[in-house]
Amino acid sequence: MQLDATMLARIQFGLTVGFHYLFPPLSIGLGLVMVVTEGAYLVTRNKMYEIAARYWTKIFAVTFAMGVATGIVMEFQFGTNWSSYSRFVGDVFGSALAAEGIFAFFLESGFLAVLVFGWDRVSPKTHFFSTLMVFLGSVFSAVWIVVANSWQQTPAGFHLVRDATGAQRAEITDFWAMVFNPSSMHRLTHVLIGAIILGAFFVMSITAYYILRGRHIGFAKKSFTVALIIAVIASLGQLVSGHGHSRQVGNTQPAKLAAFEGLFKTTQGGTPIHIIGWPDEKTETVKMAVTIPGMLSFLMYNNFSTPVAGLDKVKPADRPPVLLPFLTYHVMAGLGMAFIGLSLFALLFLWRGTLFETRWLLWIFVFAVAAPYVANQLGWMAAEIGRQPWSVYGLLRTSDSVSVVVKAQEILTSIILFSVIYTLLFIVWICILNDKIQTGPQEITSAPFAPVQTEKAEGKGM
Amino acid sequence: MDLNLFWYLMVGVLLTGYAILDGFDLGVGALHLLGRNDQERRIMMNSIGPVWDGNEVWLVTAGGALFAAFPHAYATAFSGFYLAFMLLLVALIFRAVAIEFRSKRAATAWRSFWDWAFSIASIVASLLFGVAVGNMIIGLPIGRDMEYSGGFLELLGPYPLMVGAMNLAMFAMHGAIYLYMKTEGGLQGRVRGWCYRAFGVFLIIYALTTAITILLIPSATRNFSAQPWAWIVVALLLLALANIPRCIHHGWPGRAFISSSCAIAAMVFLFGVALFPNLVISTISPEFNLTAYNAASSEKTLAIMRNIAFIGLPFVLAYTALIYWIFRGKVRIMPTSY
Ligand code: HDD
Ligand code: HEM
Ligand code: HEM
Repeated sequence: MQLDATMLARIQFGLTVGFHYLFPPLSIGLGLVMVVTEGAYLVTRNKMYEIAARYWTKIFAVTFAMGVATGIVMEFQFGTNWSSYSRFVGDVFGSALAAEGIFAFFLESGFLAVLVFGWDRVSPKTHFFSTLMVFLGSVFSAVWIVVANSWQQTPAGFHLVRDATGAQRAEITDFWAMVFNPSSMHRLTHVLIGAIILGAFFVMSITAYYILRGRHIGFAKKSFTVALIIAVIASLGQLVSGHGHSRQVGNTQPAKLAAFEGLFKTTQGGTPIHIIGWPDEKTETVKMAVTIPGMLSFLMYNNFSTPVAGLDKVKPADRPPVLLPFLTYHVMAGLGMAFIGLSLFALLFLWRGTLFETRWLLWIFVFAVAAPYVANQLGWMAAEIGRQPWSVYGLLRTSDSVSVVVKAQEILTSIILFSVIYTLLFIVWICILNDKIQTGPQEITSAPFAPVQTEKAEGKGM
Repeated sequence: MDLNLFWYLMVGVLLTGYAILDGFDLGVGALHLLGRNDQERRIMMNSIGPVWDGNEVWLVTAGGALFAAFPHAYATAFSGFYLAFMLLLVALIFRAVAIEFRSKRAATAWRSFWDWAFSIASIVASLLFGVAVGNMIIGLPIGRDMEYSGGFLELLGPYPLMVGAMNLAMFAMHGAIYLYMKTEGGLQGRVRGWCYRAFGVFLIIYALTTAITILLIPSATRNFSAQPWAWIVVALLLLALANIPRCIHHGWPGRAFISSSCAIAAMVFLFGVALFPNLVISTISPEFNLTAYNAASSEKTLAIMRNIAFIGLPFVLAYTALIYWIFRGKVRIMPTSY
C-alpha cells in the first residue's frame, strides 16, 4: 500500500463518510421510533407516549445536528477530492445529488424546526405531521444518495461520450434506468433495514439501562417491548434482503462476490461457502477455513453443482483486495445472524414474562447497540472496498478519479484537520447523549407561549 | 431561453436564496459576541434557531445543482479552492454544532467556548464566501485542461479580501436588521445601533469595491455596456440600500429587512451579469474560460433537472413560507429553546 494522493483521498473519503454514517442510520431509525410513539399518543392520548415522543425527539435533535454538520462535508467532497470523477459522472450522478437536496434536505430541515421547537406552537396533529415529514425526508435522502452510490456500483441508463477536452464522460440516456439500476433497490432496502435495526437496538439499550436502574420503569418497559418487536422483524428482514443483495452482487460484480467469499479459484462443480476463515492473498488460500460444501452455489443458483466464478476469471489488474472485503462482509453477516438470535431469544423471555427480571440479558442489550453500528459501517466498507479498483464499476478506475491539482500534502492536512475535529465532536456528542440519558424523560412542564424565562431555568432547557 | 441559460439562472436563484437566508443567520452569528449576557445571547441564537438549518440547505442544493448542471465548473472550482473549502467546511461544522451544543450545559466556560466558536465560524464563513466571489470576478489561472494551477495563498489577494470584508459587513447588516425585527426592549434598542453602524461600514467598503471594480477590472463591466438594461438593477440596488436607514429611522424593521434582502438579491444578480456566460474566468486565456456552455451537462440532463426543479421548488417554497409563518414574531425563550 502506497500513501500517494489516491490512497490519501480514499482514506479521507472513507473517514469522513464513515463518520457521517454514524448519524444518518440513527436519525432514520429513531425517526421511525418517534413516528410510532407520537402516532400512538395521537390515537390513545396516553401522556406516557407524549413523554416518550418528546424524549426521543431531544436525542434525535442532537444526532441530527451531527448528521447535518458532517453531511455538508460529503456534498462538497466529490468536487474537492474527486474532481476527475466528478467530471466523469456529473451528468448522471449530479441529478441524484441535486434531487436529494430539493426533495429530501429541505423537507427534513424545514419540518425539523416544528418537530423540535413546535411542541407548544402548533396543534398535536400538525406536530405529528411534521414528525412524519422529517422521517420521510430522511428516507428520501437515503433513497437519492443510495441511488447515486448504486449507479457507481452498477452503472445503467447512460452512454459514454468524449467532451471538448477529449476526456470521456458518462451521459444520461434513460433517467429511470439510472434510478432503478440493478443494485439500487436491493441496496436501499438493505440500508433502510440496517438503520431500523440500529434504531431499535439504540432504544433497547437506553431503556434496558433504565429498567436495570429502576428508573422510568413504565416508559422503559413499553419502549423496550416495541423496539424488541421491531428488532425481531427487521433482523429477519435483513437476512432476506442480504441474501438478495449477495445474489445481486454475484450477478453484477462477480469479482466482488469472489472477494467476499475468498474464492481465489473457480471450483469444479459446486462451490462451498466459508463460514469463517482468514484469506491469505499471497498464497491465494483461506486459512482456518470452516466451509459448507456446495452452499455458495446453492445460495446463488438454487442448486449444489453450478460453480461460482472465482477471482482467477478476472484480469489481475481488475481484482479487488480480498482480506478486508472478506472480513468486513463476514463480520457483518455474522452480526446479522447474532441479531436474529439475540432478539428471538429475548422475545422468548418476553413471552414467558421473565424478560424484565433477567438482568444479565438486559445488560447484554445495554451494550449490544454497538453491534449494529459496526455492522452498518462494515457493510459499507465491504461494498466500497470490494468495488475497487473501480470507482465507477468497469468504467472509471479509482486512480483516475482523484483531483489533478490537489497535492498529497493538502489531502493529508485535511485528513489531520478532520480527524482532530471529528474526535472532538464525537466526544462532545457522547457526553451530551449521556447527559440526556441520565436526565431521562421528563414530565411536560412547559406552558404554551410561556413568557421569557429568567436565568434560573437555563441549562435544563433542551 | 435555452437550458444552459436556464440553469445559469437557477444556480443564481439558489445562491440568492442562500445569500438572503443564510446571510442573516451568518450575520447574527457574526454579531453574537455583542450580546452582553447569557440571556441576550440565547435570544440571538434562538432568533435563528428554527431556521438556520433550512437556510443552509440552499447552499447544499446550489452545490448539488452546480455539480449536476455544470460538472466542470464544480470540479475545477472545488478542487482548485481545496484548502479554502476545507476551511469553509470546518467553519460550517463548528457553526452547526455550536448552535446545538451551547445550550446543553449551563457552565460558563462551556457556553463561552461555543459562543466564540459560533461567532468566529460565522465570520470566517462570511469572509470566505466574499473571497470566493472576488476571485471569480478577477479570474483564476485555469489552463486548457480546465484545471487550476495556483495555490491557496494566491486566493487571498487584496481584491478578494476586500470583497470578503464587504460580504461580512453586508451579512452583519442584514443580520442586525433581522435581530431588530425579532427582539424587543433594551436589546432591540442596542440592535438598532448595530444596524446603523453595520450599514455605514458596508456602505464605505461597497463604494470602495465598486470604484475599484469599475476602474481596474474592465472584464467585470463589459456586459453592462452590452446590456444597458442591467443599469436598472443597479438603480434598484441603490434605492434599496437608501431605503434601509430610512426604515430603521422610522422604526420599520420588516421593511428594512425586505430592503436589505432586495439589495442582496440585486448584488447576486449583478455578479451574475458581470460574469455571464462564464462560470470560471481564466486569467491565462479567455478561450479557457469555463462557461455555461462548455462546462455543462448534456441537454438531456439539464432537461431532467429542470423537471426536478419544477416539481420540487414549489414544495420547498411552500414549506419554507410555512415554517417562517409558524415561527413569526418576537423570540420567546421556551423550555424547548436552545
Ligand atoms: C442512508 C442514508 C445516507 C447516506 C448513505 C448518506 N447520507 Fe447524508 N444524510 C442522511 C442520510 C444519508 C440523512 C439521514 O438524511 C441526514 C443525516 C442527518 C441529517 O440531517 O440528514 C444526512 C445529512 C446530509 C447532509 C446535510 C443536509 C442538511 O444540511 O440538512 C448532506 C449535505 C449530506 N448528508 C450529503 C451526503 C453525501 C454527499 C453522502 C455520500 C457520500 C451522504 N450524505 C451519505
Ligand atoms: C444477515 C446477513 C447479511 C447479509 C447476507 C448481508 C449482505 C450484504 C451484502 C452482499 C452487501 C454488499 C453489497 C454490495 O457490495 O454492493 C451488504 C452491504 C451492507 N450491509 Fe449487509 N448483510 C447482512 C446483514 C447486515 C446487517 C445486520 C446490517 C446492519 C445492521 C447490514 C448493513 C449493511 C450496509 C450498511 C451495507 C452497505 C450498503 C450496501 O451495499 O447495501 N447488513 N450486505
Ligand atoms: C454512508 C455510507 C458510506 C460509507 C460508510 C462508505 C464507505 C466508503 C469507504 C470506506 C471508502 C474507501 C474505500 C476504499 O477506497 O478502499 C469509500 C469510497 C468511496 N465512496 Fe463510499 N461509502 C458510503 C456511501 C457512499 C455513497 C452514498 C457514495 C456516493 C454517492 C459513495 C461514493 C464513494 C466514492 C466516490 C469513494 C471514493 C472512490 C473509491 O474509493 O472508489 N460512498 N466509501
